Amino acid sequence: MSDPALLALDLAEARDGLTRRLFSARELAAAYNDAVAEAEPLNAYITPTPERALAMADASDGRLARGEALPLDGIPVAVKDLYCTKGVLTTAGSHILHGFCPPYESTVTEKLWQSGAVMLGKTNLDEFAMGSSNTTSWYGPVENPWRRPADNRPLVPGGSSGGSAAAVAARAALAATGTDTGGSIRQPASFCGIVGLKPTYGRCSRWGVVAYASSLDHPGPMGRTVRDVAITLGAMAGHDPRDSTSAPVPVPNFEAMLGDNIEGLRIGIPREYCVAGMPSEIEALWQQGVEWLRSAGAEPVEISLPMTKYALPAYYIIALAEASSNLARYDGVRFGLRVEGDSLAEMYELTRAAGFGAEVRRRVLIGTYVLSAGYYDAYYLKAQRVRTLIARDFASAFERVDCILTPTAPSAAFAIGEKSGDPIEMYLNDVFTVPANLAGVPAASVPAGLSGDGLPLGLQIIGRAFDEATVLRVAEILERAASFRHLPGFVAGGGS
Amino acid sequence: MALDKATVAHIASLARIKLSDAELEPLAIELSHILDWVEQLNEFDTTGVPPMASAAAASLPMRDDAMTDGGCRDTIIGNAPRAARGFFTVPKVVE
Repeated sequence: MSDPALLALDLAEARDGLTRRLFSARELAAAYNDAVAEAEPLNAYITPTPERALAMADASDGRLARGEALPLDGIPVAVKDLYCTKGVLTTAGSHILHGFCPPYESTVTEKLWQSGAVMLGKTNLDEFAMGSSNTTSWYGPVENPWRRPADNRPLVPGGSSGGSAAAVAARAALAATGTDTGGSIRQPASFCGIVGLKPTYGRCSRWGVVAYASSLDHPGPMGRTVRDVAITLGAMAGHDPRDSTSAPVPVPNFEAMLGDNIEGLRIGIPREYCVAGMPSEIEALWQQGVEWLRSAGAEPVEISLPMTKYALPAYYIIALAEASSNLARYDGVRFGLRVEGDSLAEMYELTRAAGFGAEVRRRVLIGTYVLSAGYYDAYYLKAQRVRTLIARDFASAFERVDCILTPTAPSAAFAIGEKSGDPIEMYLNDVFTVPANLAGVPAASVPAGLSGDGLPLGLQIIGRAFDEATVLRVAEILERAASFRHLPGFVAGGGS
Repeated sequence: MALDKATVAHIASLARIKLSDAELEPLAIELSHILDWVEQLNEFDTTGVPPMASAAAASLPMRDDAMTDGGCRDTIIGNAPRAARGFFTVPKVVE
């Protein structure tokens, strides 16, 4: 098969082709290594690992030939550069981790390799996953493979998992890992026209994933189709004693649970998600989504999530407080960058000033402030009380409905510099995604249509804790109804 | 909440981040702006609502207090920017 034909296969199709020996894992890995090189102008990868990909593919070919194929044998995947990978540079998009090669492997990536997946490399991200546009990385911004046909300006891929999203959309990976603290899987999935799932908190281990805000960080999969995401999630999920918040619950066969009908399923439509300033085309797409689900036999139900407007400020207090604590470990002593000073304190201060970018510094400073003596109750405890109410909103909604349908983001992808530079304007991009992080419930984004400018727009499905199966089932119904077949302007291999 | 330059300097020293004098004023404005925005939470009375620290199960799992790893000093030291004789090194802290 030619490279473009190989790259055009989705994960499920590639798995089928490998099992039937229509092509080898090595051929597939070589095609993807070429695609990664061709996609270099997007800056989606920080560290490609082509030799490792070929070696892992050879091992897959051996198992495939012996009839001992593993669930993801020979499938080339990209890893967000927030996951520690043994012996491979791990940067978190930050200068402060300069040269860091972890001596251990994160649980999630270890599980992927144990499932036979092939590692293509480490993808770019906002520094420490702090951002919604992938413009804060020390390794430079990532470009979205999509452009508006009218002005052809380079656009952001969303963030923070922007490199993973761009790589999957540009056919420079079959699937990718992301992490989602406030929307960092779903918003870039929406911006790049792919599928992304933030699983339930505790479903995928955080062990070996560089921490941003521990109570909000969710590792999860990104892929071209809902089925691909279901397959990848199955390989990533599972209890891990090394993460004390990892849930000791069985992992269902998510792929096998797809395709059921959704007859009689009750779909919540939260009235508070109709926010001021949201483009009418996004509201229209949301309505279209409601109609698609109704035609499939589901019953739309208007619901209220009254605390929605407080989710974003509560989220920023909690996330930044946790970040200031987690990022205290970067001190120039044990790993990464060190700037010498005359005293230990000065060495810390100079190292952290040189190593952290502007957005990370801003967040660490705010987090330090809200946790400092005299302000802890007013900010941090207050935000945690609001968090309780947000979780209760979802709990009472899920007494009436089986899942919730909303837009993923209030806009399509924007150009670098198109936002004012006001941090809050950027934070507002996460308005529809942060509530699910606070509550810990699963949520997916699925591409549902194009904006008037010709850019992808996603719809979000939020489900009950540990009910990713229903989220994926509804997502697949939307995927089928939307039949989103559009390709970005740039695809490796030229597209076919 | 308007932060002044002195408060920003104090926070920065708590956070162990060196800031130049010229950085204080713009940061004071930026941080105050963000704090003003999060203070909309005060509109809402949360008296009697318990704080939520995590979506994970409230009780953390217990395990045996046993050694599960070790004997890898050189691997751990391997990423240190400065090390000597199997130790991390830092500027002198005791005269």
